[in-house]
Amino acid sequence: MEKIKTPKELEKLRQAILAEQKPERLQVTVCGGTGCLSNGAEQVVAAFAEEMKKQGLNGTVNLKKTGCHGFCERGPLVTIHPQDIFYQRVSEKDTAEIVAQTLIKGKTVERLLYSDPQTEEKISRHDEIPFYKHQVRIALRNNGRIDPTNIRDYIASGGYAALAKALTSMTPDEIIREVEKSGLRGRGGGGFPAGRKWRSCRDAHGDVRYVVCNGDEGDPGAFMDRSIMEGDPHSVIEGMIIGAFAIGSGQGYIYVRNEYPLAVKNLTIALGQAREYGFLGKNLFKSGFDFDVRINRGGGAFVCGESSALMASLEGRAGEPRAKYIHTVERGLNDKPTNLNNVETWANVPVIIDRGADWFASLGTAGSKGTKVFSLVGKVKNTGLVEVPMGITLKDIIYKIGGGILKDRDFKAVQTGGPSGGCIPKSLIDMPVDFDELTKAGSMMGSGGMIVMDDTDCMVDVAKYFTKFLEEESCGKCTPCREGVRRMKEVLTDITEGRGTEGSITMLEELSEAIALGSLCALGSTAPNPVLSTLRYFRDEYEAHIQEKRCPAGVCKELITYSILEDLCNGCHRCFRECPQQAISGEAKKPHQIDPAKCIKCGICYDVCKFDAVAKK
Amino acid sequence: MDLKKVDEIIDKYSAEKGSLIGIFQDIQAEWRYLPREAIGRVVERLGIPVTQAYMVATFYKSFSLVPRGEHEIHVCLGTACHLRGGQRLVENFERILKVKAGETTADMKFTLETVNCLGACALAPLVRVDQKNYGKMSGDKIAKIIKEYRPDGEGKTHGEN
Repeated sequence: MEKIKTPKELEKLRQAILAEQKPERLQVTVCGGTGCLSNGAEQVVAAFAEEMKKQGLNGTVNLKKTGCHGFCERGPLVTIHPQDIFYQRVSEKDTAEIVAQTLIKGKTVERLLYSDPQTEEKISRHDEIPFYKHQVRIALRNNGRIDPTNIRDYIASGGYAALAKALTSMTPDEIIREVEKSGLRGRGGGGFPAGRKWRSCRDAHGDVRYVVCNGDEGDPGAFMDRSIMEGDPHSVIEGMIIGAFAIGSGQGYIYVRNEYPLAVKNLTIALGQAREYGFLGKNLFKSGFDFDVRINRGGGAFVCGESSALMASLEGRAGEPRAKYIHTVERGLNDKPTNLNNVETWANVPVIIDRGADWFASLGTAGSKGTKVFSLVGKVKNTGLVEVPMGITLKDIIYKIGGGILKDRDFKAVQTGGPSGGCIPKSLIDMPVDFDELTKAGSMMGSGGMIVMDDTDCMVDVAKYFTKFLEEESCGKCTPCREGVRRMKEVLTDITEGRGTEGSITMLEELSEAIALGSLCALGSTAPNPVLSTLRYFRDEYEAHIQEKRCPAGVCKELITYSILEDLCNGCHRCFRECPQQAISGEAKKPHQIDPAKCIKCGICYDVCKFDAVAKK
Repeated sequence: MDLKKVDEIIDKYSAEKGSLIGIFQDIQAEWRYLPREAIGRVVERLGIPVTQAYMVATFYKSFSLVPRGEHEIHVCLGTACHLRGGQRLVENFERILKVKAGETTADMKFTLETVNCLGACALAPLVRVDQKNYGKMSGDKIAKIIKEYRPDGEGKTHGEN
């Protein structure tokens, strides 16, 4: 492969790829995201290939396995282009019919279409499905459209054009000014202005500088970075090369979470292809600029998402954060100026250079520009990845895109910001979502996890969950974080197990203050947020646990008992058979009973009952 | 043990000090733990203090100093999985396998682990055995999964060892 040296050559290559791929041709894309793969997407791809051959379509239809489409709830997902027909929950058995009906006869297969849960109307076009209709996709622009293991797909969709533009027609200073003007803020958690960070790093003393991509996505319930690394790795790499040129760095690192093997695989392939095409290496676009990227895998430590801990890990040490009176942009990796941004931030950069800062800044709110990818999970109907303009209301995300609460139960709260964030109650559902509004509400943007909770979720239990998480993940360097978070967990455990006292809440508040003040890094200083935000909005639930020894949501094991509701139980015997303790008795076709003395509250009867006849109170 | 294999791994990283974590990851993948001799060899070849090697080996969750089971069961405890009963799954696995999370069964067949989030929240609650995902899990399906990996263990699931 001849290396690409000029924007003209790139455009010529793009035209050649388009001519060879024939975009007007029929194309079947199958989602290869983790959710769809677990539901059998790989077999669907194989079955399509087989059926196309069998039905005589060999070589006339493009078949592609793409990155995550986002609508994980409905996987495996299949889209037919150019008609944009969207099929959901496709199995290998459906492929023969899709090939015969849709590909050959041009008809839609009604039973595989998405049907609107409210109107029960079948929707055939991808763009018209509410889940997609309200999204604006920048960071996820190629996800679900291109084959992430093929750089030619990325180039065909306009990839690396921003790099060509930046390296041949812009000065580093112009690039930084463009990023500053765009208002792009870091998507990893803190929301620090990216352009300002780049400038500080460029201005720092030293010959060697590094750029780092933080792909250590540790927030539970967030998987947008994973999907971008897996589904569109070149967008991240292109962003990094542009950033490195602007900052004056010759070496980049991508730090990927150990739990994401597919991301490592696809990034490795992408880096190899980028080198082959001349986007990484020496004298890129004849600019005299040299740059390459290495991938490092994390070791399964949440704290390594913190910049200074991540850099320690890159140096082969334990991932302990350090005090930042000297910023990492001045002395970071190997004590050299280092600019670290998150995956989604990097993926936004090529679009900003390509379409301009003004266009980017036209989206979003005064303080938060552009879009944000959220992973909408928990008790919501349409679980998946959504990218929306900053400033959209919580209500629109949860109801318009998310389709509302699972089983139409009552919405209670949404948790954002991972373990550093907080729970936002129903009363704030009309709140616009951006960096500043979330902080005002006592939570934070974090990396964009949005966990929806209903009336069966206990807020004290949620606070305990995050506190336990942080106790395990605290690196142990600062005593207030190491010991304080542990103490908080003990107090919360006491409350959820019926040993809470009048002083418990005061104790939690005092500990919160000490931990926030006395910890070096954000893990510690924000660790009290899950507790403080639930205390702020759901104090009554704490009080019910402490004063009445009652868990209103029916979650805390020590405070509930399982029982069978006589009028709902039809005596199917299922729970009787599954109970590991033989605690359930009853004749067939007659209501059963649970013996509380034998019950270990394992919940299996609750899981297996198809008639909602098992109650937790 | 075969130190040649350890050397090959170290060579792959050009015996670079900064590659300690990568080297350990490959050793862990090969032996399912970090054997003492292997750590010794890494220390020697990289020229790093023994304390640094052990600090790294004990700091990161993906490393183990004791042999792990043939199959690793990861019960996801991400927030979405937690809300949909992940913790109950852990307790049921613990009860059935007769080990606590983090431990290995006496027959060295399974190591039970919890993981903070596997990033496949639509499948919550999720369990991963080695590389295979089991989505929308519930307590009653556990025995069947265990049988998949230990077909001869019939009758063992309810009261084994």
